[in-house]
Amino acid sequence: MSNEYRPYTLIAELTYRCPLRCPYCSNPLDSARYGDEIDTVTWLRVFQEAEALGVVQLNFTGGEPLLRDDLELLIEEAGKLELYSNLITSGIPLTYERLDRFRALGLNGVQVSIQSTRPTNSDRIAGAPCFHRKLEVMRWVKSLELPLTMNVVLHRDNIGEVAELIALAESVAADRLELANTQYLGWALHNRAALLPTREQLEHARTIAADARARLQGEIEVLFVTADYYSLYPKSCMDGWGRRFIVVNPEGLALPCHLAQTLPGLRFDNVRQRHLADIWHHSSGFNQFRGDDWLQDPCRTCDRRIIDFGGCRCQAFHLTGSAGATDPACSLSPAHGHIESARNHASHAAGTTVLFEYRAGRKCAQA
Amino acid sequence: MITCVTNATARPQLSPKVRLRVDRRTGRYLLLYPERGLELNETATEIARCCTGEWTVADMAQHLARVYVDVSPVDIARGVHDFLTALAGRGLLQYMQ
Repeated sequence: MSNEYRPYTLIAELTYRCPLRCPYCSNPLDSARYGDEIDTVTWLRVFQEAEALGVVQLNFTGGEPLLRDDLELLIEEAGKLELYSNLITSGIPLTYERLDRFRALGLNGVQVSIQSTRPTNSDRIAGAPCFHRKLEVMRWVKSLELPLTMNVVLHRDNIGEVAELIALAESVAADRLELANTQYLGWALHNRAALLPTREQLEHARTIAADARARLQGEIEVLFVTADYYSLYPKSCMDGWGRRFIVVNPEGLALPCHLAQTLPGLRFDNVRQRHLADIWHHSSGFNQFRGDDWLQDPCRTCDRRIIDFGGCRCQAFHLTGSAGATDPACSLSPAHGHIESARNHASHAAGTTVLFEYRAGRKCAQA
Repeated sequence: MITCVTNATARPQLSPKVRLRVDRRTGRYLLLYPERGLELNETATEIARCCTGEWTVADMAQHLARVYVDVSPVDIARGVHDFLTALAGRGLLQYMQ
């Protein structure tokens, strides 16, 4: 197969379990009902199959990947395969000693999520007291000379803190700061009314981030990830369906994105039953939205189809009921009114406090 | 910090977070860093491999000029400068003075 469809990154969702309960969690709403997690041996095989398929980056994520007590073995295997391994974590629960073991076994980088610069706000958003520990974990990462990414999901309650978030990233000497506007899927779509900022909030934050990006260039890479609800065109979701990324979820489903299994009518395969290369090349789910035969109007004749591939399939489905439709975030979409109405709602709700609905607490014992 | 790149006597070194390795699918070099990577062409590979903290920017240009005799030294110097600037912009270089 041509280089057009080559996975460079494997996103290993090791578990849906998590000690936090962020209201924008990208895990499926019904994650508590998923089956058993795949075991260590299966993950090691998946990494080998992914490497043979062309993967060079491995992201350990979840839920909270630290809840897997075999994480050491998984990191070690990634190192043996020369995969660049990234731990995407809340930092809870972790000790300095365990992080040092990860480093010695070959872990290449750590991304820690922060909810707010204000401890009480942070703990409220995360649904658990964890702010001070997160700061400590970021300092451990740097003291072990691992590269640190500080990630913040932005929404109405914290987008006004962007200047303070940048100052915090500087104070912990982060190598990269990801200011990621919420993607309204999963729990975030459920809580959208409480999360969506106004256009004024967004533009203000964007300006501050752009200034910081220029000022800190070469020291901290400041990324401001697009807010597609306020863009003219949709995001290039996952760099295109089944082009660059493979997600393997906790129960072993191989997916083009972390919510693809929520789309009805698509068939996805499990790494317990099928070789990853076979799934990547031949499964119906991975091939469903490759190429451009499936594109509907207005994407079908639009020059931007090679840039954004029609946007996000999950957003298209969850807002229009059709997974093949143009992403409604696109201003050319016939369903764009849905996005406009959410924006109007946000501007009328500005300044009012809206309560989040949290995902239920989950057992944190090893499965 | 990035202006250091233009200094012909600077000795750039790849940051410790960078892994430079061969792509087993293509035989070309990949420059990997947290959650990202760059596929390097032949000249970029030569430059990246010179970023050990021992070579000056001028040394690199001279080295490439000997390999690519068809390319003018001015174009080579510009190419070295542009690539190093791009790496520095991503925080992938440090400098030995």
